[in-house]
Amino acid sequence: MGILENKFQDNVIVASMDKLLGWARSTSPWYFQFGLACCAIEMMASAASRHDLERIGMMPRSSPRQADVMIVAGTVTMKMALRVKKLYEQMADPKYVISMGSCATSGGPYWQHGYHVLKGVDLVVPVDVYVPGCPPRPEALIEGLLKLQEKIQTERPLTRKSV
Amino acid sequence: MYRDFGTIFIFIFMGIVLVYVPLLIQKLIAPNNPNPDKLATYECGEESEGSAWVQFNIRFYVVALIFLIFDVEVVFLFPWAVVFNELGLLAFIEMAIFLLILIVGLAYVWKRGDLDWVKYNVKYGRGRYANLTSQNNNSQG
Repeated sequence: MGILENKFQDNVIVASMDKLLGWARSTSPWYFQFGLACCAIEMMASAASRHDLERIGMMPRSSPRQADVMIVAGTVTMKMALRVKKLYEQMADPKYVISMGSCATSGGPYWQHGYHVLKGVDLVVPVDVYVPGCPPRPEALIEGLLKLQEKIQTERPLTRKSV
Repeated sequence: MYRDFGTIFIFIFMGIVLVYVPLLIQKLIAPNNPNPDKLATYECGEESEGSAWVQFNIRFYVVALIFLIFDVEVVFLFPWAVVFNELGLLAFIEMAIFLLILIVGLAYVWKRGDLDWVKYNVKYGRGRYANLTSQNNNSQG
């Protein structure tokens, strides 16, 4: 943990600092592009000029070391699940996961007979936002990312946990 | 004049500040949860195997360079050979000039001894190989 993280009682200064940190973190979550199947095409379309994710601060990174959000876009096979887990572990904290599309969320069309498909990426990594669709339109992904930004904004990085 | 040096001093100072202040801030507020998986070498999600300090013989370098040149030569030769009949004499002469240029290069590296795996014309200086001469090498090779 960082030196100042979760060390302070709740008061006006700490709350404002928390708000500032939440604003800073939520408005520049660089995402780790994890395109596995057709959802990756929609993810690319979201990053391209028509939908332009960079206007809400999302920037595609190809290395987990530089990324804050992992967008798991597509069918997660059993073999790939090990890599998903490992790459999630290799991301720098604080880290978030978006499960994009029904394959990543629940196995999708492969939920019954797909012997090689992981039935939901939440079995290996903690998912913050699920984006439904097969594949989801870029608007749906952007909606999910805005939901994730809201979630990051409500975090209190400096305040001591009461539990 | 001292003003100018002052500008440089401010420049250096700001350079130091702009590097170390962000590092200090991230030390204070960024979560730091190292674990063996996170500290492992990033290899696209694969388990990294073996050491990165694999040594290649430097003699491969020249061989690879020569291979690259003649590789490209063959890339040009194939389409030329396919339409050889239609192109006629001019294309043949052009290709001959092209080959000649590369053959001059080949003759040069051959003469230098870069095609030999065991280098005969290396001059051994003082040290543990001082007793090796080119005659010795020739008799071995």
